[in-house]
Amino acid sequence: MNVYTPILVLGLLAFGFAAFSVAAATVTGPKRYNRAKYDAYECGIEPTPQPIGGGRFPVKYYLTAMLFIVFDIEIVFLYPWAVAFDQLALFGLIEMFLFIITVLVVYAYVWRRRGLEWD
Amino acid sequence: MTGSQFGLFGTDPWWLVILKVVAIFVMLVLITLFTIWWERRVVSRMQHRIGPNRTGPFGLLQSLMDGIKLALKEEIIPKTAHMAVYWLAPVISATMAFLAFAVIPFGPTVSIFGVETPLQLTDFPVSVLYVLAIASIGIYGIVLGGWASGSTYPLLGGLRSSAQMISYEIAMGLSFVAVFLYAGSMSTSQIVAEQETVWFAVILLPSFLIYCTAMVGETNRAPFDLPEAEGELVGGFHTEYSSLKFALFFLAEYINMVTVSAMATTLFLGGWRAPWPLSLWAGANEGWWPMLWWLVKVQIFIFVFIWLRGTLPRMRYDQFMKFGWKVLIPVSIVWIMIVSVARLLRNEGSFSATEILVAGAALIVLLLAVSWVAQSRQDRRDRKLADAEAAAQARGFDPMAGSYPVPPLPGQTFTYTSRRAMAQGTTIVQDPAAEVADDGRDSNA
Repeated sequence: MNVYTPILVLGLLAFGFAAFSVAAATVTGPKRYNRAKYDAYECGIEPTPQPIGGGRFPVKYYLTAMLFIVFDIEIVFLYPWAVAFDQLALFGLIEMFLFIITVLVVYAYVWRRRGLEWD
Repeated sequence: MTGSQFGLFGTDPWWLVILKVVAIFVMLVLITLFTIWWERRVVSRMQHRIGPNRTGPFGLLQSLMDGIKLALKEEIIPKTAHMAVYWLAPVISATMAFLAFAVIPFGPTVSIFGVETPLQLTDFPVSVLYVLAIASIGIYGIVLGGWASGSTYPLLGGLRSSAQMISYEIAMGLSFVAVFLYAGSMSTSQIVAEQETVWFAVILLPSFLIYCTAMVGETNRAPFDLPEAEGELVGGFHTEYSSLKFALFFLAEYINMVTVSAMATTLFLGGWRAPWPLSLWAGANEGWWPMLWWLVKVQIFIFVFIWLRGTLPRMRYDQFMKFGWKVLIPVSIVWIMIVSVARLLRNEGSFSATEILVAGAALIVLLLAVSWVAQSRQDRRDRKLADAEAAAQARGFDPMAGSYPVPPLPGQTFTYTSRRAMAQGTTIVQDPAAEVADDGRDSNA
């Protein structure tokens, strides 16, 4: 059996359980209609009208997401290097330091331009 | 690395795979039920309460009863919800939470009904990467759930969650690099095997500490439970979820807690290997005993999670993001550079391990000193700014700020504003210097 097959089996069981629970809840619970109950919850006040698709997000979330991608890709390069470190030896170390320092320059620039400030 | 080493994985007969899958599933559900009860009891003790003690012995059945109660409650779906995504989100969250456990090693090779098999569902050369990938997909459940509710608070909570989890995922991913460097592998069973003599938590202590911090941020637990900051966001992304859909999110959160604890155990605390005094007994690392050591280690981590919740107040969001991006990430990167140089020097054999460790420690001390100096300079700047602000505040106080009357804070003095000036709608700030100081602060911020 393939080493990945057991994951599929576990996934099927977990998905089946989750799907069953979600579906079962509609059957097991009572249903008592009340118009106010189906409004969005906003502590009792009239809910704020929602723009279609959730509207626009503050740009800092996009910034965080893009910075995440930069560092995630750095991590993706670091992993194989770390696993093969003993074979790559000095050559790999120098190459990876050049890469890490390049990313650190970008990081310092973002820090300097207040890209890491949340406010 | 393949072949003989992974030979035992992927050779299980189908009934054994199903047995293991069901065992993992049941174990995770039971651990979740236990952990919820345990958390409530422990936190109660810390707050001088008793906690749930009515249902079953010591209240042990409390979480099970809560689950049943949730199933019998009415399910309220807001009419603004995006139906398909709203239904899908808890399913994604729960499924991914279970899936991450496929590669966690519970023990060595044992014999089940005459079949030799490792106490681990499966393993492959990139299994840690697989856990990270699954954890990332789990975030989708949260952000989609928040978005699909069609409500303000869940949307904000979902956005916060995703920003927080991806930020701390970087620190988490970086803390693994040193482990891979020493283990020479990304397979969980191999990493456990490499820790036969010494745990990675000992030789890679900074990595371990970074991981421990990042895992709390990653699981949205106190003091990093900002997505569920009830004072700001009601319940966060699951505000609009009720009944069993809410239960699934809850289950996923607790399983994620167990998963990160299990990863910490596997990568840093020697996995299922017996701790020191026990490891002197030859049988400690054989048969079924290792499962007990594994469980104890994981439970210690879970207790620390609960302890943190009982002890620390919630962080502010900007402080939290600052900590992740400006402290954890640079420290991890520098630590990786130190570890790799040390490893290379050791491999070349030109320096002894002691010399390398001393040099590394000196470097860390130097780094801490530099960061301390930088921080104290920053603090001084901040203090100066705060002093200027306080001075500006002390000069003049506007009792009708933005047309709402407010009482003066300590250090502020009332200044007289004529009724006629107010009636004419003129600005009420008297001191022009105060205004300038205010502007100066705004442009700095």
